[in-house]
Amino acid sequence: MSRIELKNIVKKYGDGFPAVNDVSLDIADGEFVILVGPSGCGKSTLLRMVVGLEDITSGDLLIDGKRVNDLAPRDRHLAMVFQNYALYPHLTVFENIAFPLRLQKGKHSEEEIRRMVHQASGMLELDEHLDRKPSNLSGGQRQRVAMGRAIVREADAFLFDEPLSNLDAKLRGQMRTEIARMQRRLGITTIYVTHDQVEAMTLGDRVAVLKKGILQQVASPRELYEQPVNLFVAGFIGSPPMNFLPARVSGSTLHLPHAEVTITGDLVEKVKGKDVVIVGLRPEHIKDATVETTPEHAVHFTAVVDQTEWLGNEQYAYIPFDADRAVRDKLDELDRELDGEGMHPQLIVNLDARSRVIEGDEADLAFDPALMHVFDPESGDNLTRDDEKAAQIAKDSEAQRRMALERAKKREAAKGGAA
Amino acid sequence: METNVSDKVKTWLGVASIPIMVWTAIPLLWILATSLKSTAALADSTQNILGNFWPKHMTLDNYRLIFTGGASDLFVPALWHSIVVCLVSTVISVILATFCAYAIARLDFPGKGVILTTALAVSFFPVIAMVTPLFNLWRQIGLFDTLPGLIIPYLALTLPLSIWTLSAFFQQIPWEMEQAAQVDGATSWQAFRKVIAPLAAPGVFTTAIIAFFTAWNDFVFSSNLTSENARTVPAALAYFTGASQFEQPTGAICAAAVIVTIPVVILVLLFQRRIVSGLTSGAVKG
Repeated sequence: MSRIELKNIVKKYGDGFPAVNDVSLDIADGEFVILVGPSGCGKSTLLRMVVGLEDITSGDLLIDGKRVNDLAPRDRHLAMVFQNYALYPHLTVFENIAFPLRLQKGKHSEEEIRRMVHQASGMLELDEHLDRKPSNLSGGQRQRVAMGRAIVREADAFLFDEPLSNLDAKLRGQMRTEIARMQRRLGITTIYVTHDQVEAMTLGDRVAVLKKGILQQVASPRELYEQPVNLFVAGFIGSPPMNFLPARVSGSTLHLPHAEVTITGDLVEKVKGKDVVIVGLRPEHIKDATVETTPEHAVHFTAVVDQTEWLGNEQYAYIPFDADRAVRDKLDELDRELDGEGMHPQLIVNLDARSRVIEGDEADLAFDPALMHVFDPESGDNLTRDDEKAAQIAKDSEAQRRMALERAKKREAAKGGAA
Repeated sequence: METNVSDKVKTWLGVASIPIMVWTAIPLLWILATSLKSTAALADSTQNILGNFWPKHMTLDNYRLIFTGGASDLFVPALWHSIVVCLVSTVISVILATFCAYAIARLDFPGKGVILTTALAVSFFPVIAMVTPLFNLWRQIGLFDTLPGLIIPYLALTLPLSIWTLSAFFQQIPWEMEQAAQVDGATSWQAFRKVIAPLAAPGVFTTAIIAFFTAWNDFVFSSNLTSENARTVPAALAYFTGASQFEQPTGAICAAAVIVTIPVVILVLLFQRRIVSGLTSGAVKG
């Protein structure tokens, strides 16, 4: 049980390139924090610095208020699950899980070790595999052994380095819930690295989004989704990703490729003097006006649908558009940062499954301008971010987290009492 | 390992490998046959069958000669010298090479490339070119005709080989293994001993066998740097003489050759089980 603080952490490699640049993060006891970002953003490096496998160039790493920068990995009392599991192939599953216990010489009797390993293996449903070697296990079982090895140590915190990326899609979903359940049950501080935003959104109490070694935003998944601080975060969180449309500014009107939106309040001031801005619209916020009811002040527009994909529960429509020269470069750059493919810009609309729009149709679409984000094309800052609302979301999420943790602890106690 | 080779191809490969096996086995069998021939049979083909190949009457005279007879003074000490020199140099070489190769594979230090290239460069030189200067040096510092006097050049011979094979082997062991051990609470030494060493065992054994053979089969150093007190079997064989000066010691040499082959065969059979490839499979997603 511990609190982990990262203070202005910097990692520079030999060539002076900062892989992690000035990252500060305060992780509360029992919190599940996700480090997320596209490949090469420094998230794994950051995790490895926390566990002690990489040196910290500058900054402080505190565990429970104690500076641990110079401690060896074994003295930090953290447990880590590696991306490729790193099981010891010459040891059985039992010995793999018992390995950390055996290293603590004289601390545990043979009897105790057996009890602790069985407790962990029972929790992970590994009991019948204890005598097997890792090479005879399936990917999911190996993953569980790696987790068992972490659990059994009763470490101060869990660190996961893309633990699910080697599993197939179905198993990944199962293991994801498994990890979430385990974390709540043990109430243990957890840092989890992933490039998969679904994992980030579903698992994390708070998610830290990194880009090129710089921390962009740390917030609850909900806040990231509703109140992103900049273009990068907005584009990274959400699937399918947020649509970015160029918009010409004239007074209090924004001219989008397909529609015109009248803006009010602060925003008019904020966009003043700018020729163009980038408007962010989530695919699920654009509706088919013929089948769904839209709010009164909704902006209606028509567009020719190029392609549709019907998935049963929902339907995607693709509408190509030409991006304004002025913001084209910015959008291309963003696309590259998000590991994109450099495709022709298109508007993705997540339609209701009932919608009968087909390819080539001129669709009647509408969106609520209140849900629209406006970004500064130069800095990428979100001009529509509502700090008050964001603070409220953060407060709610924190309260929810505490409640969930409390409940899990109570249940565990009740179970313990019954057993 | 699974192969997709069909039965037909397998049969053909089997047939094709027979000549190769015969090619390699015949000289060895010939040595064995010759060692079993009596002195008379060596010179007279009518006493042999299969066209002078196998003796009609097998005899262990040659073995008696080298172990208890006239040649025993030469052969038995030489056998002991061979065993001691080769075992000692193998053990030292493997231990040193293990640490060296581990450092090369894992640590980043200046001069890493230099070590590897120097190790390789040592084996560039023809052995015969080093023998004469060594002979002079050894004589002056009193290492001539001593066991250490042989062990040292053998180390020079086997170390580069061992370092290269082992560092290739260490590089195959995933880094994460060790890091996982460290996070699990192991010191660097514990991680090496409990995780890396067992994983590297097949490589270490392979290297040990190669090092042992290199030393065991050496003739040049042994014949030049020793006279009586440290001469090994390959060199001793050259000093065998027949019962009279008109008689070639062919049978005795062959018997000795058979005897020195036995440890090698035993060694391979022993370690064959330990050289299990694919031991690391299962460590990572395979």
